[in-house]
Amino acid sequence: MVRLEQVTRQFGTGIVALAGIDAEIGRGEFVALLGPSGCGKSTLLRLLAGLDAPDAGRLAWDGGAAPGAGEIGFVFQDATLLPWASAARNVHLPLRLAGQHFEEDAASVHALLARLGLAGFEDAKPAALSGGMRMRVAIARALVSRPRLLLMDEPFAALDEFTRNRLQDDLLALWRETGSTIVFVTHSIYEAAYLATRIVVMTPRPGRIAAEIASPLAEGGDRRTDPAYAALVREVTETLRAVMPA
Amino acid sequence: MRRAERWAPIVFGVAALALWQGLVIGLRVKPYVLPGPAAIVIAFWADRASLLLSLVSTLAVTGAALLAAALLGMALAMAMAASRLARAAIQPWAVVLQVTPVVAIAPLIIIWVHQQFAAMVVCATIVAFFPVLSNTAAGLAATPPELADLFRLNGASRWQTLALLRLPSALPFFLAGLRIAGTLALVGAVVAEFVASSGGFAGGLAGRILEAGYRLEIPRMFAALTLLALTGIGIYAALGAFERTMLRRFGAGGRDAREGT
Repeated sequence: MVRLEQVTRQFGTGIVALAGIDAEIGRGEFVALLGPSGCGKSTLLRLLAGLDAPDAGRLAWDGGAAPGAGEIGFVFQDATLLPWASAARNVHLPLRLAGQHFEEDAASVHALLARLGLAGFEDAKPAALSGGMRMRVAIARALVSRPRLLLMDEPFAALDEFTRNRLQDDLLALWRETGSTIVFVTHSIYEAAYLATRIVVMTPRPGRIAAEIASPLAEGGDRRTDPAYAALVREVTETLRAVMPA
Repeated sequence: MRRAERWAPIVFGVAALALWQGLVIGLRVKPYVLPGPAAIVIAFWADRASLLLSLVSTLAVTGAALLAAALLGMALAMAMAASRLARAAIQPWAVVLQVTPVVAIAPLIIIWVHQQFAAMVVCATIVAFFPVLSNTAAGLAATPPELADLFRLNGASRWQTLALLRLPSALPFFLAGLRIAGTLALVGAVVAEFVASSGGFAGGLAGRILEAGYRLEIPRMFAALTLLALTGIGIYAALGAFERTMLRRFGAGGRDAREGT
């Protein structure tokens, strides 16, 4: 889908957030960007989204053109919903910005909310929803415009473990169902191992790719109790220990 | 709020009034020095038609000034949010207007603006617009950056970002500024009336207060003052109710957190 060639980004203060990143993201992949704080994972995500531009290097998109409006779905660490708008209106926002009217899309918005387990909460405002429900609304909003690429920046980091596990399962199911491409930033080894088809390990200051680990986990089955999952967590942990500066 | 807390200010006020009345009677204070509450009520009742008519005149200036302050404050805040150049140009002058006492500029305004009502509205607007401007500007600047990014990702136009994100985000700030502006508009209106009265204008509650002062009708002076204070409280409460209604309708809504994920 997109190839990153020697992508470098540094900020005015002299901090090199990303130094010569070479990477490729294939169609239909679920890539986890794993690393500690300050390794440039979020910067990389913003570059992919087109919210920021590299100082050197380039992003080569399939077909030449970078994704346009609505072709990228973005989920932030906080749900960042419009507090004055209902769940359904929040989900509809990307379509509204594209000039569509809510009434025309109400059925598909409601169906999407139902798919994310929020049937009956269409008219609820964010303040009346739990943290996990708000994140579900944010995911529905990111999916409503059927984006080519879904970018997620530590979306489940602020949730409790039970809620996080359920959302991870639901996200995996959605990904399998829609065949979309996902780049998922996390600082949790377990989360990266559980979700991704490929784990990209990054090191901080300057941000570099230290290792790439393909997931051996089979489709279906209970991943959490699969011995292969435990083995993958171990492999990732050992890789991190080997590449991380002391 | 607990019941006792709700009644506390009323009980305190009544007790203070009773003490006041008792002291005035007990110490035989002359009514032209300090009238008791009963004398003030009697003076109000005797002069109610003139006082209420003056109140209407003051309220007209206050209301017009509040409306002008809301529109002017919002327009300037939007201009400041839209361009850094506009912000740099407007901000210092807004502060200059804010720190210059309106009593000092009111005579000039009354000379320049020939229509008396308009002149007083201009004075009161100068006093009242600053909290609307500074609050709305703060609200427009406080838009969460992630939401601004989301709008960018979806190709939102400047106008869409303003109408669907920045203005609704700024609404609670604007309403809080408006509530402060309401009482300031009343203060500005009374100040303008005081200044205008030196040029022969006799309307408004300020006119009644001055008139009663010249004639040493101190109970009547107190009646006008009381009416002014009650009006201020009324404006503050009314704008508070308006704020709550708007926020319930267009704001974040209820906080009844539900179970579930």
